[in-house]
This record gives sequence, structure tokens and C-alpha cells, in this order.
Amino acid sequence: MAAENSRRIIKDNIIEVKHLKKYFQTSKGLLHAVDDVNFAIEQGTTLGVVGESGCGKSTLGRVLIHLEESTEGEIWFDGEDVTDLRGRKLKKFHEKAQIIFQDPYSSLNPRMTVEDTIAEPFRHSHRFRRAEIMEQTKKLMDLVGIAQRLRMSYPHELDGGRRQRVVIARALALEPKFIVCDEPVSSLDVSIQAQVLNLLQDLQDERKFTYMFITHDLSVVRHISDNICVMYLGQLVETCAAGELFEHPLHPYTQALLSTIPSTDIHKKQEETILEGELTFPINPQPGCRFRSRCRYACEACGKPQQLREISPGHFLSCCQVNDRENGVVRQQ
Amino acid sequence: MEKSAVNGLEHNQTLKKENQVIAVLKRMRRNKGAMVGLAVFLFIVIVGILAPWLAPYPYDQIDMASAFQSPSLKHLMGTDNMGRDVLSRIMYGVRYSVTIGVVAMIISFLGGTLIGAVAGFYGGKTDQVIMRLCDIVQAIPSLILNIALATVLGEGFVNCIIALGIGGIAGAARLVRSSMLSIRKMEYLDAAKVINCPTPQIIGFQALPNAISPMIVQATMSVARNILNAASLSYLGLGVQPPNPEWGAMLTAGRDYISKYPYLTIIPGLVIIITALSLNLLGDGLRDAMDPKLKK
Repeated sequence: MAAENSRRIIKDNIIEVKHLKKYFQTSKGLLHAVDDVNFAIEQGTTLGVVGESGCGKSTLGRVLIHLEESTEGEIWFDGEDVTDLRGRKLKKFHEKAQIIFQDPYSSLNPRMTVEDTIAEPFRHSHRFRRAEIMEQTKKLMDLVGIAQRLRMSYPHELDGGRRQRVVIARALALEPKFIVCDEPVSSLDVSIQAQVLNLLQDLQDERKFTYMFITHDLSVVRHISDNICVMYLGQLVETCAAGELFEHPLHPYTQALLSTIPSTDIHKKQEETILEGELTFPINPQPGCRFRSRCRYACEACGKPQQLREISPGHFLSCCQVNDRENGVVRQQ
Repeated sequence: MEKSAVNGLEHNQTLKKENQVIAVLKRMRRNKGAMVGLAVFLFIVIVGILAPWLAPYPYDQIDMASAFQSPSLKHLMGTDNMGRDVLSRIMYGVRYSVTIGVVAMIISFLGGTLIGAVAGFYGGKTDQVIMRLCDIVQAIPSLILNIALATVLGEGFVNCIIALGIGGIAGAARLVRSSMLSIRKMEYLDAAKVINCPTPQIIGFQALPNAISPMIVQATMSVARNILNAASLSYLGLGVQPPNPEWGAMLTAGRDYISKYPYLTIIPGLVIIITALSLNLLGDGLRDAMDPKLKK
């Protein structure tokens, strides 16, 4: 477990996840939504989590924020074990860790005005008086850029960008340290996507938030992340700094994923790897690399359980076919 | 100019915030149907309250000599088989029938909302247990259930209301549960959880208001059903005791003479329909007024 040791708690890590598993009991069997995931996020940075839909990235976010209970593993937050939280401790945790949901059309209560929605976290924290709540709400609206005149509006009267600003304001209300952004821009228009992303980045610069940014949109993740995890069917297949990932993608899945980004450079030869086959379903999965049914380099060794190992400093990979960083994938057959 | 417009807007909005109930009423005022319903229902209630002063005859004055008189100037709605004035009985009947209908509805829907909301919100095993219990209750025909409850509770006006109210809980619970199920996966409930909203508040203030619309119309319809069921109980001697006038009982009593004196059935029937319809219109308007999406 060399990989794990080298990533032992560094003091600045705000969140650290060890062997986290989340299984769902379904009628067809045990669904491994998140399977033995390890990572850490340094304070003030953004970890991007990318993967196809259905690969468990949203579940991972929900488990971290305690909307789902983990099946196994540990979650450390700010030096404390927060794997099992209940009652007051959970409430305390939720003041420091928040989530921004994917769809601002369903994450706002249609019967609550903008003001009520933003004021809610204050009301439930019981630390504020009425007048203070009003004032804080106003400040938050300014912070995320919602005009004061909209405070009595209902969600259906706002456009997607404004709604997402309301969602962001609500998440920021109690000044959390860590925010899970669960595809916060994927349901927005491209023009509004940029606005919201910039808002999130400005807020991070100003307040030193730590983000876990879940998305399937590679251009977004490159723009906002410091580090990136690539997930495939509940497992991390590759994790490293954002630049490194885009320069030297090593895992065959990452390579395929990145090759789908359209290039604007007409001189650059576009080598697109189209993945064959469907995303298999992670119900009662076989041991070994889960990508091997779609991988062109697959061989017998891939049937053995894969470990995340450090291929170069800070670059972790769970592919037995890759031997060194420069040469990329080496066929062993 | 522009600034004052903005100020005016803000001023308006502060007012709205302060009086959400009034805002709902204001919005309802624009709904003609709802206002007609409200007016008719208020009229009925006022007639019931003022019955001793408005009614031309005492409701229990028997005058065998003038039995079965068709509507005339002397007896605007005619007289029944014992010569009692139907109009007076209808007026006094408001006190029994509307009270039975409305109070029993409130009991069923309060109970049903509580049970159904919990079942629908938690889902899974809680839902299964509660809903199977409701199945058992609903498998019993409602009349027999009402009779059984009324028998256990004993005869009388209040017990009749309670019996009808309890009898309707299972149906109301099923309704609330189904609309709760449709919104329990909404992300705003998760969001409420993450900002530490206590679960009873999530159910009561976040989920229920969004699940309640289909119930309002159903609730107003159940008023008419309650009135009719009360008639069956009265018929069996378990509900309102004669000679107290109760619309349902009058309707049942008139049925024996329906071919010769149809007005004895038609009049109480019409009154029940009008009451139910007025409440229905009112409920419909109320539902629309409470939905911010329909705000104009």
C-alpha cells in the first residue's frame, strides 16, 4: 500500500477519504456505486471528479456530505473522523460542509421565495436574530450577485443562472469550508455556465473554500480544478494534478475520455478513441479492472485486482499495463 | 421616476411578506368561481346560524292535516309526510349536515395527512406497514366501517362525526402518501436536510405544501360524501336522532314517496349538491391561490 502511505494525512488536507465504499442493495444484486475510493483534498483547492454518468461520482459527493451513509471506509474532515455522525455533530458538520446540487430547478422549493430560501440556513442554526438574518440574507444576495429586487420572487420566476446563484447563496450562508459541487453547471446554458463558474472561482479566491467539483464536462473540470480524479464504475482509475492529467493521461480510460474533447487547433491531429461497448453495470462486479471489457490493451493481468499506485510524483494510476509515465501504455503481449 | 417605481415595488413586496394569508385571499378574490363558492357557502352557514329567526315554522312542528303539500306560498318547499315545513327543516339542517360534513372532513384529512405524509416521506418499510394497515381499513366497505365505528362509539351527533371522520382517514392518507412519494426525491428536500432543517419541519413545511394540492379538491368532495353517509347512519338510528332535521335523513325519508312527491327528495338533494359544489369551487380557488406558479 505504498500509494496510501505516501498520502497519509498532510495537515492541510481538509478532507481525506480512505477505502470509502457505498453499496446499494438492489433486486439484481449488490450495486457497487463507490468502491474502495481513496483521496484527499488540500485546503483551498479544487478536486475535480470526472466520469461518465452512472459511475458513482454523485453518490460519492452525497456520501461525503452525509446524504447517504457509507457502507465502509473512513471520512476525515478537518482532522476529525466524520464517518458516522448523528444529531448535533451532524448539524455542526453541515455548517462546515455543504453541497450545491446539479439541478437548480429541483433543488429550490417552488413555494419559497428567494429570501426565504437564503435565510433558511440562518434560521436553523439558531445563532442569529431576526434582524441579523435579514441583513445576512441581503449580504449574501449581493455576494452571489442576485439583485435585491428579486428577493420576493419565486424560483419559477428566475432563470437558471439566477436560480443557481440562489442555490450557491444558500450553501454559502453558514460559511462552510468545504463545498461539494455536484455538476453545478451541467443544466445551465453555456453562457450562464461561465458566469457561475467564475462566481465559484471568485468566491474561492476570496474565502479560501475547498471544492469537490463533480462533473462529466471535461472543459469545465480543466478550467476549475487543481487536481482531478477520474472515476470509472465506482473506482478511481487515475488521479493527479489537472495539468498533468491533460498533458499525460495514462490510464486507457482517461485517454479515451480526453480524446473526445474537440480541439480548436486545426493543425493538431485529432486522434479520437471511440470506446466500444456499453458502460457495464456495477452490480456484483468481477474482481480486476472494471474497464477491461472496453479496453483495447486488456489482457489476463487485468483480471487481477488493481491497486492505485504512484507512477510519478503525485500521479496515481490503477492500470497494470502502464509501466512508466513517458511511454504511456505498454502492451505486454 | 424609475426610482420611485422601484421603491413602490419594494413597498408592495414588504406588504406581501407581512401578510401572506391576505395575499392568498387577494389572489383568490380574482377567481370568480372561488368567490361564488365562498358566497354560497357563507350564505348557507349564516342561514344555519340564524335558523331560529329565519325559519317560518319550528322544524319539528307536526301537522298531519297538511302533510304532503307541494311547494306553495305558505310552505315554500312544501311539507313532508308529517306535515313539517321542509324549508324550516332544511334551514335547521344546516347545523347538523354542514357541521357533520365539514368537521368529519377535517378529522379525516388531519389524520390522513399526518399518516400519509410520514408514509410517503420515509417510504420503504414505514410506508409498507402504514399502507398495508390502510389497505385493511379500506377493504371494509365504508358504510360498514362507519356503522361499526358508530356502534362502538355509541349513537349521537358527535359520535357520528367522529365515526365518519375516522372512516375517511385511510383514504385521505393514501392520497397524501401518493403525492408525497412523487416529491420525496426532490433535491430541495435534500438541501433542507443539509442546512439542518429538522425532519418534522422538512415534512411539514417543505414537502407537504408541495403535496397538498390534490387533497384540497378531494377534501371538499368528501364533505358531500360525509353528509350522505351520515344519512345512512341516521337511518340506522346511529347518527342524528329524529326529529332533528338532517339533510341526508330527509333525503332518505323522501325516497319512499319519490314517485308521488319528488320534491321531498329533490330539495334536500339539491341543497347537498349546492353545498358540496360551493365548497368545491372554494377549494379549487384556494388551491390555485396557494400555488405561486399561478400567480399573475
